[in-house]
Amino acid sequence: MQTAFQINQADNVATALQALLPGPVQLLGEYTQTQITCREEVLEGHKIALLTIDIGQPVIKYGVVIGVATKAIAKGTWVHLHCITSLYDERSSHLDIVTGAPKDIKYE
Amino acid sequence: MVAKNACWPGYLRKNGRKGIRNKLLILYTVECASFVAKEIGRLTASPHVDVVGFAGCTDNEYAVRLLIALIRHPNVGGVLVVGLGCEYIQPKWLATIAEEEGKLASWLFIQQTGGTEKSIKKGTKLAAAFLQELQKTPQTSMYITDLVLGAECGGSDYTSGLAGNAVVGRLFNRLVSIGGTALFEEILETIGLLELLQKRGANKKAKQQIEATYYKALQYCNSTRQYSISPGNFAGGLSTIEEKSMGAVIKSGTQPIQGVLKVAQNPPGKGLWLLDTTPDPHWMQFGIANPNDNEGLLALAASGCQLLLMVTGRGNVVGSAVAPVLKITGNHNTYLHMQGDMDFDAGLALTGQKTLAELEKDLLEMVLNVAIGKPTKSETLGHKEYHIPYKYQTPGGSKAGCAQQ
Repeated sequence: MQTAFQINQADNVATALQALLPGPVQLLGEYTQTQITCREEVLEGHKIALLTIDIGQPVIKYGVVIGVATKAIAKGTWVHLHCITSLYDERSSHLDIVTGAPKDIKYE
Repeated sequence: MVAKNACWPGYLRKNGRKGIRNKLLILYTVECASFVAKEIGRLTASPHVDVVGFAGCTDNEYAVRLLIALIRHPNVGGVLVVGLGCEYIQPKWLATIAEEEGKLASWLFIQQTGGTEKSIKKGTKLAAAFLQELQKTPQTSMYITDLVLGAECGGSDYTSGLAGNAVVGRLFNRLVSIGGTALFEEILETIGLLELLQKRGANKKAKQQIEATYYKALQYCNSTRQYSISPGNFAGGLSTIEEKSMGAVIKSGTQPIQGVLKVAQNPPGKGLWLLDTTPDPHWMQFGIANPNDNEGLLALAASGCQLLLMVTGRGNVVGSAVAPVLKITGNHNTYLHMQGDMDFDAGLALTGQKTLAELEKDLLEMVLNVAIGKPTKSETLGHKEYHIPYKYQTPGGSKAGCAQQ
């Protein structure tokens, strides 16, 4: 079965250990549930929501706040630049969602 | 506990510190002398010879302090300084410092010696004699409490925070709990984690140092308009600097932080220390903080680490002059793909084949084997990289870890 890794019990996201497809996912590490249902494609190394995260709520990994939800995130969906933002680096929420390339500077 | 009682022969230095290697350091004092120094190293053809140097002709206090710290390093038994003859850094003075440390020491000026060929001839003769002499270096019993480990990460991917750095963090917890010493750096990758780090300060002074060092790093990021996170990190799944920071900080474990060191300062006591490698603001500018991984590795060595742990995800091949580098990857595929370079596969934590606790035990065993003398993969391959940039940093600066506030 496809797998994701939860590093801390307080986390509301886990890291995909392979590219995840919709369907059941087995959790490894310090998991708080053995399995969740993936709702959309999540690339390897990217995060999947373990719980529903409301807009403005902290996103927690390693047991610490790594950012804040900019819209409601459904359980089992992909968590990345399109739905969370850094509390420090506001530029990161303006990057290309796939390549991470900056889109905030125009070069002639 | 086996590790606690492990005892092996180390090299005793006059200052009481113990080395796990007994190296001859060939040190050049300006780029103009580097060819001759490297030729002496190459012709001497010994795994115990390392060549390092500073390229600049104009003076730089940071670089000079770093060279002095390498001369005093417990893994170094002898020093041969090669200068051109008109640079700021004085080879004779460096050789005198080595001598005062009870190390074999000599120096030459290429201009005085009569050019390339004569200098190489003179240098190789001196080096060969030193290598003979080094075999008589007194040895002493060494214990895990004598070890100072340093950790660095580079070429990271998502596995670094989950496995590679996580195993190193656990090893550091263990090492510190039985009386050893550990250093970590990469303060630019602590952005977002001030509260967490400050809480770990062992005392009021340590907490103040951590805070000052953190705000200097934040000021650096703001002034360069760049956090330590790149498009490749985002594409790989990291969403914020806080997430990247925590993946890096996890390698420091969870033990109290005794204080902050500046580059070339050695820890004044046991336990876990944070090494500040960010330049101090100099003439309203910082310069470049971390040009590459080897700069960080050598900074850790200069601050007293006898053995360095390098964590990678995507793969890295480097070693370091002065201190052996043990390479750890949290990515099982990288381990298989670059097995000739990778010493340790922490990726087994993610494949489910081993637990982090088992891996911590395995890594400790590997660390002890390297300390006893078993070469790391990078040592076997002959990797001895180094990078000493111009930088401005004042040790023991007036404002604990931050010269300008």
